[in-house]
Amino acid sequence: MGNVLTIVLQRLAFGLITLLIVSMVIFIAVNLLPGDFAELILGQGATPEAVASIRHDLGLDQSLVTRYFGWLGGMLTGNLGTSFAQLNFQTNLGGGGGVTVAEQIAPRFANTMFLASVTAMIAVPIAVTLGILAALYRNTVFDRATNILTLSSISSPEFFMAYILILFLSVLNPILPSLSNIYDGMAFGERLEKTLLPALTLTLVVTAHMMRMTRAAIINLLASPYIEMARLKGMSPMRVIVKHALPNALAPIINVIALNLAYLVTGVVVVEVVFVYPGIGQLFVDSVKIRDIPVVQACCLIFAAAYILLNLTADILSTLSNPRLRHPK
Amino acid sequence: MYGLSRRGLMKSGAAAGVLGLTGMPLRAATMGGKFTAGLSGANTSDSWDSRTHSDLFMIASAQGAVFDSLTEVAADGSLRGELAESWEATSDAKTWTFNLRSGVNFHNGKAFGADDVIESLQMHLGEESKSAAKPIVEAITEMKKLSETQVQFTLAAGNADFPYLMSDYHICIYPAGMIEEAIEKGIGTGLYSVVAFDPGVRMVAKRVADHYKGDTAGFFEEIEYIAINDNTARMNALMTGQVDAINRIDFKTEALLKANPALRIQEVTGNQHYIFPMLTDVAPFSDVNVRKALKYGINRQEMVDKILQGHGMVGNDSPIGPANQYFNADMEQLELDADKAKYYLGQAGLTSLDIDLSVSNAAFEGAVDGGQLYQASAANAGININVIQEPADGYWSNVWMKKPWCASYWSGRATEDWMFATAYEKGAPWNDSNWDHPHRQSLLIDARAELDSDKRRGQYYEMQQILRDEGGVILPMFANNVQAVNNRISSPETIGNLWQMDNARMAERWSVA
Repeated sequence: MGNVLTIVLQRLAFGLITLLIVSMVIFIAVNLLPGDFAELILGQGATPEAVASIRHDLGLDQSLVTRYFGWLGGMLTGNLGTSFAQLNFQTNLGGGGGVTVAEQIAPRFANTMFLASVTAMIAVPIAVTLGILAALYRNTVFDRATNILTLSSISSPEFFMAYILILFLSVLNPILPSLSNIYDGMAFGERLEKTLLPALTLTLVVTAHMMRMTRAAIINLLASPYIEMARLKGMSPMRVIVKHALPNALAPIINVIALNLAYLVTGVVVVEVVFVYPGIGQLFVDSVKIRDIPVVQACCLIFAAAYILLNLTADILSTLSNPRLRHPK
Repeated sequence: MYGLSRRGLMKSGAAAGVLGLTGMPLRAATMGGKFTAGLSGANTSDSWDSRTHSDLFMIASAQGAVFDSLTEVAADGSLRGELAESWEATSDAKTWTFNLRSGVNFHNGKAFGADDVIESLQMHLGEESKSAAKPIVEAITEMKKLSETQVQFTLAAGNADFPYLMSDYHICIYPAGMIEEAIEKGIGTGLYSVVAFDPGVRMVAKRVADHYKGDTAGFFEEIEYIAINDNTARMNALMTGQVDAINRIDFKTEALLKANPALRIQEVTGNQHYIFPMLTDVAPFSDVNVRKALKYGINRQEMVDKILQGHGMVGNDSPIGPANQYFNADMEQLELDADKAKYYLGQAGLTSLDIDLSVSNAAFEGAVDGGQLYQASAANAGININVIQEPADGYWSNVWMKKPWCASYWSGRATEDWMFATAYEKGAPWNDSNWDHPHRQSLLIDARAELDSDKRRGQYYEMQQILRDEGGVILPMFANNVQAVNNRISSPETIGNLWQMDNARMAERWSVA
């Protein structure tokens, strides 16, 4: 197990370096966007004095490098800063505490995680089962139909799938609400009901990848001698696949599932906007719109961290699932 | 009137008949029920600080439900008191005395009085203030508390419209001594008190039990405003019955909404207008004949038909619209006329004219197409417009009022003077045509302090005529406010046209059918 621990530590260290580079890229990219918070919040009412006053209050008149290191320093001490929007109001009020970025993001992030978990709960079992069945009945009508369906749903843009689902499930047959405006203190059942449509949309988007990988990984193994042996012993095809092929195919499958879970956290932006789901994706869009850099950066970092951590988890799990890696000579 | 269904017409026709016969109020509104609206214009940066409000979501939540102002513009455009019961001015319109309503309480129980008014107005002052109402409040030189229910304002210069200015949605009244707390929690004197507020997501409020407006307004038991900035999502929410009303209909999908018998579309022409302002102190626009040539080079009706898809009214280069008291509807309409345009070019000593027009859809939806239509219609008169598409980001800082000719918009103002003082007065920061016309300027100053309504009408008519004839702003169209409501909700016959959604006061004026 010492080996695994080394890998984890190593990967964590690399993850941190990646995050640092990502933070730089984000900072430069966001600052390259034309227009800034002061101009956008004032809109047509932007007089040079008002713009300068807001810029000064927010420290936007300092150099890029100063601002970056100021932000990085805050980051390292666990302070994500205060959003420009909130700061602007504070100066309007003449001091007083405002909502920090962390406080602003926390409930939104929880909502996004909820959506991601509901989706994962639906998508992962479906995808793996479909993959196994497709491998079992490969090249049959069932296999072809599953492939065509999942591939066409992954090839369509998310918003299109979202509108198709809205059309069928809430306009023509009013079963599910098209508006996912969940809020704190909502009963769990109601919350689940409101989350179902976006979760189904995301399911359609992520299933194909996982299902295809499961199918391919299993079929790949079906040609190996030990499977031949199992078959010659007279085991049923289902048993051969689930008992003998699947455990050895787990590593690539876990990898793909982890990647798709990361996608569920980071790729929900469009779906959240369509369903008016108050998650981190919508906050991200709103913040980019007004160039609220602290919030945008925090969101980006969370996205990046989610990717890195889930990939790490995938690596560890696939190591653990492989006895040869678990017990190196 | 567009978008009136047959059912709606019969209903309104019948109702008007009843009104004519009895002179009674149109309906006895049902009390109770919940109203849910999907509104655009919401932001994660929203707060209960009325100084920062600029879009519908917060205007409807604050002035429209939770807070009150001194005065209020009624749906028919007349001014009435809200927290002020009455007001009077000295003959020079310089000193205004407001009699405040007594027995009014804030949602936290504090009694409303003169101090609250004075302190709420002072919020907008100070060097650091970024309040959009700062120019209005700055014009007050002295605020005096005469008694608990009487406040006196002394203005630097006479202003007959002062009570109108007090209805500005930036000037909400907060409880004195606890303004910060009131901004944090949303404590006002309005019909509804805040239950939940999540910036950029939703606002829920419930009816205050013993409100000074009694049973004349605020008919819902509970209201919920959901932030839906995405056009399609907003429409979906209405179509699937998740919300009762939405603002800003997408014209492209309007037919779908019309086809739904459970919905009705409300359309009003207000003061919102789209413009092409030119800097009148920059050549060639400094020549009045060039400006006149340009006025005859644009096809206004085509703009209304193609850019607004019919949902608007042709403009006549004056920013005073149908929601204004002294709107001059009888001015001769400017039309596309290549011969006249050529004639005025000749007067300017030119045979042809090459000019740049900077546009972006940040100015208004369809501004780029508008520029191209203008280019096509002006070409016949020898005016070659080079349409430059500018980036949307930073448009208001880098293009508007910087480039000699560009596209822009105004949401309009409740009074003539307010509109002129904002965008057509010499030295005003947003005078986007750098307009300086000595005679009109003196008319503006005179009319501002004039309390005689007939005299004022004459003055404002003349000013509109001057802008039509010589002004540096091409104003081809007024854009309608179009919104849709579920038939579960009933709304009065007259819908306010100053702002979207019945002047953002639907929580106050509408009820469950």
